Amino acid sequence: MKQETVLLDFEKPLFNISKQIHELEKQVEHNGNKNIIENLKEQYESVKNQIYKNLTPLDKVKISRHAQRPHPLDYIKLMSNTWYELHGDRSGKDDRAIVGGIIEIEGIAVMIIGTQKGTNMKENQKRNFGMPSPEGYKKALRLFYHAEKFNMPIITLIDTPGAYPGLEAESHNQSLAIAMNLRELAGLKVPVISVVTGEGGSGGALAIGVANKILMLEHSIYSVISPEGCAAILWRTKDKASDAASSLKITAEDLYNLGIVDEVIPEPFGGAHYNPEEASKNLLNAIKKYLKELQKLSPEQIRKQRQEKFRQMGRFIEA
Amino acid sequence: MGLKDFFKNRRLKKVKLKKPPISYNGQGHDLKQAPKISDDELCALWVKCQGCNELLYLSTLKKNNSICKHCDFHHRLSAEERIELITDYGTFLSINDNIIPDDPLKFTDVKPYKKRLEDAQKTTKTKEAIVTGIGNINGYIAGVASMEFQFIGGSMGSVVGEKLTRLVEVAIKKRLPLIIVSSSGGARMHEGILSLMQMAKTSSALKDFHEANLLYISILTEPTFGGVTASFAMLGDIIIAEPRARIGFAGRRVIEETIRQKLPKEFQTAEYLLENGQIDMIVHRNGLKNTLSDLLRLHLTNHNNATSKDVFKQISKEHLLIKI
Ligand SMILES: [Zn+2]
Repeated sequence: MKQETVLLDFEKPLFNISKQIHELEKQVEHNGNKNIIENLKEQYESVKNQIYKNLTPLDKVKISRHAQRPHPLDYIKLMSNTWYELHGDRSGKDDRAIVGGIIEIEGIAVMIIGTQKGTNMKENQKRNFGMPSPEGYKKALRLFYHAEKFNMPIITLIDTPGAYPGLEAESHNQSLAIAMNLRELAGLKVPVISVVTGEGGSGGALAIGVANKILMLEHSIYSVISPEGCAAILWRTKDKASDAASSLKITAEDLYNLGIVDEVIPEPFGGAHYNPEEASKNLLNAIKKYLKELQKLSPEQIRKQRQEKFRQMGRFIEA
Repeated sequence: MGLKDFFKNRRLKKVKLKKPPISYNGQGHDLKQAPKISDDELCALWVKCQGCNELLYLSTLKKNNSICKHCDFHHRLSAEERIELITDYGTFLSINDNIIPDDPLKFTDVKPYKKRLEDAQKTTKTKEAIVTGIGNINGYIAGVASMEFQFIGGSMGSVVGEKLTRLVEVAIKKRLPLIIVSSSGGARMHEGILSLMQMAKTSSALKDFHEANLLYISILTEPTFGGVTASFAMLGDIIIAEPRARIGFAGRRVIEETIRQKLPKEFQTAEYLLENGQIDMIVHRNGLKNTLSDLLRLHLTNHNNATSKDVFKQISKEHLLIKI
């Protein structure tokens, strides 16, 4: 049975209407008055329309973090029947905050790597809330090299609050783990397509995001720092997260306008969690389109295109 | 007057410090001609050592490369002081100074970013948080970058990323070794995602540099954190840190909040990093220049690098032409 969708705070008006609908539906079984229900359902849709037309950046942050939002493993299973998960950094750990393995898209073997959050407390503990440790980034790097060796394109799915800020993560050199991935991804000669599917949290996201094409799902975000973290530092209070979210320009639309993102992939109305099948279909179509485009390039051109893309990033004045 | 009042008064009293002129146009400058700071001016300035809380004369401290004579604490150097410390007198040629910051997001927190930039430019007398160029180190030429922590916490925005990338590109083209001195709180929030992408941009340039088999020495100084550590600063072939410098990815407070426990005192210090295999050596500031030139020499012996003279001439020509 389908789980009921959890509503976010700004969706509260919908809650009352849907409650009324449910109550009436029970009554209808007795008196057969269907009109009221139909009216309410229309009302529900129109209120939802209104809400989703006026989403603030902080609302988007909440959608991107929605507990029921599909995560990379959900997309992987919806996009491909073939799926061989590959584990471990080969040096003592398998960081479950990073998942990776081989899928098949239109007869082509593709390496897919993602940051993976859990859907419940137990899974989140196992996956450390999608915050990778250095070992996770090393696992990803191993899979990048594997993909290059066997000429597989690489897809990365980004959904992380960021790299894990922990004691062991620091003593195992989180910084270098990220830096190495940035440097090595830049030099790969196979196509890399990155899709931010949920939260694109800073360096921990970029560490699997140096790609030929960068795509974002409609309600995902990508930021140098979390709005809460930014507010705490610059406004000196986390209460200003909403202002920080607006100032930082973190929505898919913002990043598209800034020229960082190549395409914004539409989500089902209300967000991917309302219809994961449709979301994954849109995702797969976009991936196919860019795979086709990139396969026209030679290995050298692929590397060059990626490096030049990042070379152009930044805004400054040259006096 | 108690000590507290003394410091309070000192902060209020604005003493203008005349700085010796630094030539950034490759012409060099003459120490003898540098205006002397009168003793009165300097005697008025005291600082409290961050290491041992001793009161130090600023003039004595500066003469000792900002190292405390009591506890050996290495106080922060400005980008300019660092360049003076490691390059041969009058040989440093600053490049790409015409690249200055913009405000791409029209960012405002409690203060507009534009205003923050102006203030930082005023206090530091530099346009951005990094100085890049070419200089000699005991006769060995190298591409040199030095970060300015006083400029918005040495944060990396578009300008820092661009100037570093261009320096790496020049170094590849001229086959120069590279020395980058970091001092930074990380990526600059005020330029949002554009700052984050500078991590990828600089690392990508260093991929080419790495493949060109050239030497990159990264020097980590108090403090080096976040997006700077997690990109170019950790990618050195050799990584040197200054004693007791704080170096890490996440900030101490963030980590303590996350793991809900107090961190050991030595956590994220240069000594801790050395213990944990993350850096090659800790070098005392007074020996830094000689260490660098020795390392350059050792890596040159088997290598086909450019000689100092040719490159200097070429680069001076090219870059003077495009300078403002
Ligand atoms: Zn001291």
